[in-house]
Amino acid sequence: MSVDPRVLKEEILQIYPKKLRQKRSESIVINEHREDGSVPEIKANVRSNPGIITQRGCTYAGCKGVVIGPSRDILSLVHGPIGCSFYAWLTRRNQTRPESLEAQNFINYCLSTDMQEENIVFGGEKKLKEAVREAFHLFHPKAIAIFSTCPVGLIGDDVHAVAREMKAELGINIFGFSCEGYRGVSQSAGHHIANNGLFKHIIGNDETEHTERFKINLLGEYNIGGDGFVLEDILNRCGIKQISTFSGNSTYATMANSHTADLNLVMCHRSINYVAEMMEKRFGIPWMKVNFIGATATAKSLRRIGEYFEDDGLKARIEEVIAEEMAKVEVVQALVKSRCQGKTAMLFVGGSRAHHYQQLFTEIGMKTVVAGYEFGHRDDYEGRKVLPGLKVDADSKNIEEIDVVPDPERFRPRRTPEQIARLEAMTEMEFRDYVGMMPEMDSDAMVIDDISHYETERILEAYRPDIFCAGIKEKFGVQKMGIPCKQLHSYDYGGPYAGFAGAINFFNDIDRLVNMKIWRYATPPWQPPTEQPEQVAAD
Amino acid sequence: MLLRHTTDEVLERTSLTINPAKTCQPVGAMYAALGLHNCLPHSHGSQGCCSYHRSALTKHYKEPVMAASSSFTEGASVFGGQANLLQAIQTIFTLYNPDVIAVHTTCLSETIGDDLVQIIAKAVAEGKVPEGKHVIHASTPSYQGSHVTGFSNMAKALVTYFADPEAAKSKQITLLPGWVEPSDMRELKSLAARLGVEIALYPDTSDVLDAPHTGKHEFYPRGGATVEQIKASGGSQAAIGMGPSASQASLEALQSKCGVPGTLLELPIGLQATDRFIDTLRNLAGVAVPQSITDERGRLLDVISDMHQYLHGKRVAIFGDPDQLVSLVEFLNLLDMKPVYIVTGTPTPQFENRIRAVLGDNVPEAKIKAGQQADMYLLHQWIKQEPVDLLIGNTYGKYIARDEDIPFIRHGFPILDRVGHSYFPSVGYAGAMRLLEKILCAFMDRQDRDAPEERFELTM
Repeated sequence: MSVDPRVLKEEILQIYPKKLRQKRSESIVINEHREDGSVPEIKANVRSNPGIITQRGCTYAGCKGVVIGPSRDILSLVHGPIGCSFYAWLTRRNQTRPESLEAQNFINYCLSTDMQEENIVFGGEKKLKEAVREAFHLFHPKAIAIFSTCPVGLIGDDVHAVAREMKAELGINIFGFSCEGYRGVSQSAGHHIANNGLFKHIIGNDETEHTERFKINLLGEYNIGGDGFVLEDILNRCGIKQISTFSGNSTYATMANSHTADLNLVMCHRSINYVAEMMEKRFGIPWMKVNFIGATATAKSLRRIGEYFEDDGLKARIEEVIAEEMAKVEVVQALVKSRCQGKTAMLFVGGSRAHHYQQLFTEIGMKTVVAGYEFGHRDDYEGRKVLPGLKVDADSKNIEEIDVVPDPERFRPRRTPEQIARLEAMTEMEFRDYVGMMPEMDSDAMVIDDISHYETERILEAYRPDIFCAGIKEKFGVQKMGIPCKQLHSYDYGGPYAGFAGAINFFNDIDRLVNMKIWRYATPPWQPPTEQPEQVAAD
Repeated sequence: MLLRHTTDEVLERTSLTINPAKTCQPVGAMYAALGLHNCLPHSHGSQGCCSYHRSALTKHYKEPVMAASSSFTEGASVFGGQANLLQAIQTIFTLYNPDVIAVHTTCLSETIGDDLVQIIAKAVAEGKVPEGKHVIHASTPSYQGSHVTGFSNMAKALVTYFADPEAAKSKQITLLPGWVEPSDMRELKSLAARLGVEIALYPDTSDVLDAPHTGKHEFYPRGGATVEQIKASGGSQAAIGMGPSASQASLEALQSKCGVPGTLLELPIGLQATDRFIDTLRNLAGVAVPQSITDERGRLLDVISDMHQYLHGKRVAIFGDPDQLVSLVEFLNLLDMKPVYIVTGTPTPQFENRIRAVLGDNVPEAKIKAGQQADMYLLHQWIKQEPVDLLIGNTYGKYIARDEDIPFIRHGFPILDRVGHSYFPSVGYAGAMRLLEKILCAFMDRQDRDAPEERFELTM
């Protein structure tokens, strides 16, 4: 019996008090492809209801944990009580590979001002300054990033003033982030704040020119489980020079020099699109949304790079790499597909991953029946074409929008408007665009933004999917139900999943999870078999 | 090298903590609240706190950890979190129907100065708390103490909110176990049962954070102390608090509120501390110790005496929580090992005295530090100055262990990369046996790995 998502939606909403019911009804959407090419509107990037049990984290997590943390030689100093720094200590699996045994690598260190009550009462700036000095003398970094936690904003410590003063005193680059946990409705606010900081304090600081012809930056790739290493390898073999990644396996120097690239490739749209936009405006570097999750998606993204640079040699090398890699992928894909065809998946993660990973499931014949983002915005769901109509609400207003103008000396449009127009006339060669998740999902698929635990249980009972993808907080509750859960933040400590080699890993992991024997042994031989809850009947 | 910037030169630090040997209060309060049956912990602050604490506990236990958040945004931070908490209480009772919501504060709500007593009273007055249900709270500012303090504060809140001074007097003994694992709580209950002593134990996370796989997710697992049990504990004939840092506050609260005479012990980890626990419990309850427990103790002694050559004189660095450290150091000392570096980030009055007391005249060279800047960076520097044979601590220790090539035993919170701690105890004689086995395996595996071929031993 199939599930009628409309009936299910109404059943889910029934329990809510009126106001909350109205709000959630706009964030639970049944997908449809309308004749004008649009998809239904979804309410996203709005406050989570207190008490609802959300998956979401805070602004600090998005700024320090996601965007800045993965860079290995910016010394991160968290200004606040101890917890915030502790929980962001090595917990996101951003792999990094220093150039040499001597090269700086601070990624395994956790620095904090460990604010005490007297710092809350009398202010923490003095302690912060001293902590910066101590960090400088112990680590000799090129740059120190200071992250504000909740109480810092409340007591009025000015981390930016401290950063300026210490920068003058110590002679290295020091900058602060006002990324207090409460600044936004989710991690997303922190991404934006981090993007602003990267742009203001790092990008463009180093003018070293590279002689390679095909120079790109990879934005929104955090090298979880080594994804970035796989992509580095592919791009290298194609002859594409990666100036910097934002920010997996990156260094201060590569990011400082990133404005010398000729194309920005955006992986995780949600967390880094602001940098892409700002770099285009100031330096003239066009950006393209790419997807290196999934073998066919990877091939497509590589071909788009080839088209952009309009070089036959490059295109030929790209085709060679694709052919070589696809041959390996197809063997595993065929085998796994034979065992997974027709199975169903759900994805609730991130601001891009819940979209990207659908591609991998499609490649092994699995269908995504329900999906949603933890901290996505409407453009991540419906596509960037909704951007002009987006209302900026009170929660987004307090995040700085930098007014970017072309750099008087360094603005150099890499392509003329005519060239861009010619490229965009080709299929799937859009610039500054992201089509979003919903246009690529089936009609009648459910899309749920900021899903709660309650809603998760209801859709699991109704659909009994073959796999659920989310994060650590969801994983074990789902698995207690006998449904495997794949973590798509940490990859369950496996991966990489990007590129062709990553696709092979993912196929094998999904095959293992959905077919593992242990799920069938929940009931001991001396008890009657448990009945599966019935699915919600279709009309 | 993973920690390539750590050198043996110790510079005085006054303001910077590096690689902390502690975390903040709320996660301890969340853990303690999970030891109450049908309770949903609630974090009154911005979302990240709740998310981080749930993640940390989940990674440590590989179990679902349910908790809600007040989801502060800028508005709540300016105007106070009352509206958020009232809304949260209503939403939680509607969606998740707990018996108790256990609210803990955060540095955010504490800095704002939210008055939890007043907000909860308002929720009750507005009918947001259904009949027979409870909302309790503990004040757990992250800028005081550590995660252990948070546990202590929530454990105390269980007493102050629920323990009933009018409860019928009983022969029951109340055990306040401190921050130990579900396996430890299970072992304490089992020891009491074998002694024939009726007990109430809370918080009790066994059957909560080690729940079986049944094909069904129990949002509120079977375990946890019930409100009724805690109420009745007010009539206990006596109470034992284990570990001053985590249990002294609740023990004293039970004594002052309900007149239950309390005995404070160190955590029953290792032979001597377990001896004191069993002896205290049998004296309070007036029971005889069964032969099976005496035999268990004897088996532990037997293994120690048999394998002493692998233990004697070994230098140990150890970091973690104060109550755990005191008992572990006492045990290591009994084994004639040398705990030379002992570090806890938790500010702990009398910590050095407690450690020196269990060491007696042994290991006078021991370096002991608690509180701010007592961190793993300093511990690592000491190790670089003069190496150790064994490192004991939570998972973060593995970065030091690998860099310095030191055998490493995981103990404490969090353990993110191994299982076992939730299933096998470290308290009691059984727990001491497990610790002993781990220590021996660490040394003997190392000997097997490093021995020249001609000295590779068949029998050890």
